[in-house]
Amino acid sequence: MDILITGTVLGGTYALIALGLTLQYGVARIMNLANGENLVLACFCAFWLYSTASINPVLGIVLIAPGAFVLNWLIYDFAMKPLVNRAKNRGQLEVDSILATFGLMFIMQGVMLLVFGGGYYSYNFLSEPVQILGENYGLNRIVALIAAAVIALGLYVFLYRTRYGTAIRAVSVNPSSASLVAINVERASAFAFALGGALTAAAGALLSTFYTFNSSMGVIFTMKALIIVIMGGVGDVRGAVLAALLLGLTETAVASLIDPGLTLAATYTLFILVLLFRPQGIFGRQEA
Amino acid sequence: MERRTLMKTFAATLLAGAVLAGPAVAEGTIKIGASAPKTGPLAGGSAVTYWPAIQLWVHDVNERGGIDVGGTKMKVELIEYDDRTSNEEAIKNIQRLATVDKVDFIIPPYGTGINLATAPLIAKYGYPHIAVTAVTDGVDEFADRWPNSFWTLGTSTAFATTLVDLLKGMRDAGQINDKVAVVNVADAFGIELANAGKPALKDAGFDIVYETSYPLQQQDFAPIISSAKNANPDTFIAFSYPGDTFGLTKQAAIADLPVKAYYVGVATAFPAFAAANGPAANGVLGAGGVNAASDKYQDFMKRQIEVTGSAPDFWASPVQYASLEVLEQAITSAGTLDKAAVIDAIKNGTFDTIMGEWKFDHNVIRKYWTVGQWQDGVFHGVASTGVGGEVAPIVKSGWN
Amino acid sequence: MTRLSEKELRIAVLAIVGFAAVATIPLFDDGYYLSLSVNIALYAVLCTAWTLFSGPTHYISLATAAFFGIGTYTVGLGIDVLPFPVLLVIAAIASGLLAGLVGVATLRLSGVYFVIFTLGLAELVRQVVTWLQTNFTNGVGLYVFTDMGEKHIFWMLLALAAVVYVTGWLINRSRLGFAMRIIGNDELVARHVGIDVARAKVILFVVSGAFIGVTGAILAPRFAYVEPPSAFNPVISFQVVIMALLGGTGRLWAPLLGVIPFTILFDQISSRFPNHTSLLIGVAFMAIVYFLPRGVSGLIEDLRKVRGDFGSAAKAKEAVR
Repeated sequence: MDILITGTVLGGTYALIALGLTLQYGVARIMNLANGENLVLACFCAFWLYSTASINPVLGIVLIAPGAFVLNWLIYDFAMKPLVNRAKNRGQLEVDSILATFGLMFIMQGVMLLVFGGGYYSYNFLSEPVQILGENYGLNRIVALIAAAVIALGLYVFLYRTRYGTAIRAVSVNPSSASLVAINVERASAFAFALGGALTAAAGALLSTFYTFNSSMGVIFTMKALIIVIMGGVGDVRGAVLAALLLGLTETAVASLIDPGLTLAATYTLFILVLLFRPQGIFGRQEA
Repeated sequence: MERRTLMKTFAATLLAGAVLAGPAVAEGTIKIGASAPKTGPLAGGSAVTYWPAIQLWVHDVNERGGIDVGGTKMKVELIEYDDRTSNEEAIKNIQRLATVDKVDFIIPPYGTGINLATAPLIAKYGYPHIAVTAVTDGVDEFADRWPNSFWTLGTSTAFATTLVDLLKGMRDAGQINDKVAVVNVADAFGIELANAGKPALKDAGFDIVYETSYPLQQQDFAPIISSAKNANPDTFIAFSYPGDTFGLTKQAAIADLPVKAYYVGVATAFPAFAAANGPAANGVLGAGGVNAASDKYQDFMKRQIEVTGSAPDFWASPVQYASLEVLEQAITSAGTLDKAAVIDAIKNGTFDTIMGEWKFDHNVIRKYWTVGQWQDGVFHGVASTGVGGEVAPIVKSGWN
Repeated sequence: MTRLSEKELRIAVLAIVGFAAVATIPLFDDGYYLSLSVNIALYAVLCTAWTLFSGPTHYISLATAAFFGIGTYTVGLGIDVLPFPVLLVIAAIASGLLAGLVGVATLRLSGVYFVIFTLGLAELVRQVVTWLQTNFTNGVGLYVFTDMGEKHIFWMLLALAAVVYVTGWLINRSRLGFAMRIIGNDELVARHVGIDVARAKVILFVVSGAFIGVTGAILAPRFAYVEPPSAFNPVISFQVVIMALLGGTGRLWAPLLGVIPFTILFDQISSRFPNHTSLLIGVAFMAIVYFLPRGVSGLIEDLRKVRGDFGSAAKAKEAVR
């Protein structure tokens, strides 16, 4: 039983890490290797707000997420748009965006190193235990799980129940047809990229309450996010959430029942199985 | 055709680089090179332990007017490179320091692996290699292989066995029972310690009720802590690395792991550990330790914060600084910058350092701190291989 | 096989002379410039081997670190029992086998999945190796003490580079190379003319993986101490992709144009601005992506076209479209 709860909590964390990238990669078609740096930057911001102005990190999201939205919009506008415009096909854009965001990753890392140095950061917020069915769980993790649920639900409602959301989904399915039905593809992509960045930043603010972080560790988060995004089916929010939960549960079960040394092996076995049986991802559509 | 022009450009770039890279050096300065991570997985550790201690030492020496070399005071100029936690970069950096910058001395890199990877080169160029951040059982073998190398921080076996002795003392005093949970990170340091620690625990009559290893960069420890909790030990030992040291402890606090002795590995001695865990840190045992109450350490801590803005750890930071004091005193007693003479001086000399009096025994420091414990916001050394000044360990009582 | 044309002969002679010239580097300097040359040779081999597969197939493989680490580990495990050349062969076979397995499992998938899977492969192999070592042997650190110095490693890398180039050239001339060109242009067409697409891709992946494994094996004595984090360092995978893409992947020699200037550029950055390395490498990187969209070889081809006769240039451009 505690495996189920621990796994779900962990899955919630993973969902937070991956949701932003789902949008950035699924809609804007940018495989953002700087995703993890974005997240760590938000960790630092939350830490800074908390330690200098004692702003509660959960409320801090109100400041951090819009900030990240603007920052990512600017990144898209200045750095990604030229690539999108010159790319002749999706493959070309993929290669270019990998290269460009790889550079971006270094830049963000460099800036964080300059400002915060290379050391470890951590602070205490909501780290008191809560009891569920006789087991203790960190309150901050439960908060993160709830936030993940709220964010995922909000995103789902936005994408599937609103007009603009439908437009964004249309872009993610086929940008050229979307532009035929009078959707401003460029704007929708920029919006999706910025929203994705904002979500990642919100995730960072929440994660900072229970992870110890430093300037160089963004890549760990990027890797996790990429795996989840691909497993869930590129650009599909439901798939990403499901994949994240699945991953959280598998890792916890393997670590508790078999050996913590084999969690990654389990992750990749799962990944291969998903790909072999549903190469388009859990919810992905077969490509035409 | 292309290739030839390319080679020309290549050569030209190299030449330009070489000319520009050599900074203008005033006559009569000692050039000292350092290469260690500023980025990459080990950067978090070197930012605490390595760079600030070096910065402070250079500042101190130059404030004194320099190092006394045969009667003249020579100031120190530091050349630093980032090895990005990569062996290739580290090797190239050492080569650059030795053959392009032509530094007088090299401060060896950070981390066991990179120290060993660069040791053959440092030996080839005849520099003294005073390794600090390298804990391994091979110290005697390495000292034989590279007679220019000196080892200061201890061996994995000693770290594990002194911990077991400490626990044995606590058990014999009736403070803990004989049930122990042992986990370790699946990486060099963690495995060496676990391999030495587990048999020692069994020999001492402890009962290992839970054991496992987990991979590097693991972020979530709920399964491990809850399995350990279910085994109901009085003692929890984790031979861990920085990230996991923090992660395990946070999880242990949340799960309210009811142990009376709690040990975590590298980074327990970092000031960030106390900051991250607040009152929960009290009573936590960890790798390292120092004579924290001593005037020398207190003074070192105060000055490092003043000069570099970052607090030292309670383990390798002062040793890093001490290794540089050794270098300085060896240069002075040799009275020359000749590397072989300085190596000789290190081998045979006695040094007055912030870690106390140091004398190398077959190139190895045999008395070092191994276990420390957070007691009221200070990480006191509680076990060593005979340094003296150990504080009595306290029983961990809860996480609040 | 047809006989060598005059042009090919000329290239061959030039290449041999070039190699011979480069091989004398250790005689002039055995310090920093030799180490820099070793790093360049290392990445030249890795990038070219990577391009053997990724060039024609357009699959971006991030598995370099996995093959490299397997090579390194082979030497680490066997150096005390077997002679070094035998270990090189074993390294080739082991990493080739892994490449074969991964290829069979994933090469039918579309590109994105392949990228991610290979990204995780190095981590996975690292974890499994560590787990095996922790549970079945004593410790994970392996010592590789040999008499080999930087110059020996450099010469071995050069020899390997020669083998890689010759192999690449032979593949291009063979039926497999012809098939790959068709696959690269249009996979559907390739299938229709009866090419076993999956098989061709797997073969190339195996060849490329085996070379990378040998490179790792050659490098092992340089490390002296082999442990999983350094042997399976994911940074290697990224650097290889990036340097190869910067050079260009259309030609066998193109990656070299990425490796040489960028190794030197990054080296200059990291030595002059040790505290701003990341930031500046990032900026340099983005600048390159924007101003050299088709890599250095693309730039050279563009320049050639401008120099050449305008009529044929226009035609060539049309052909590119």
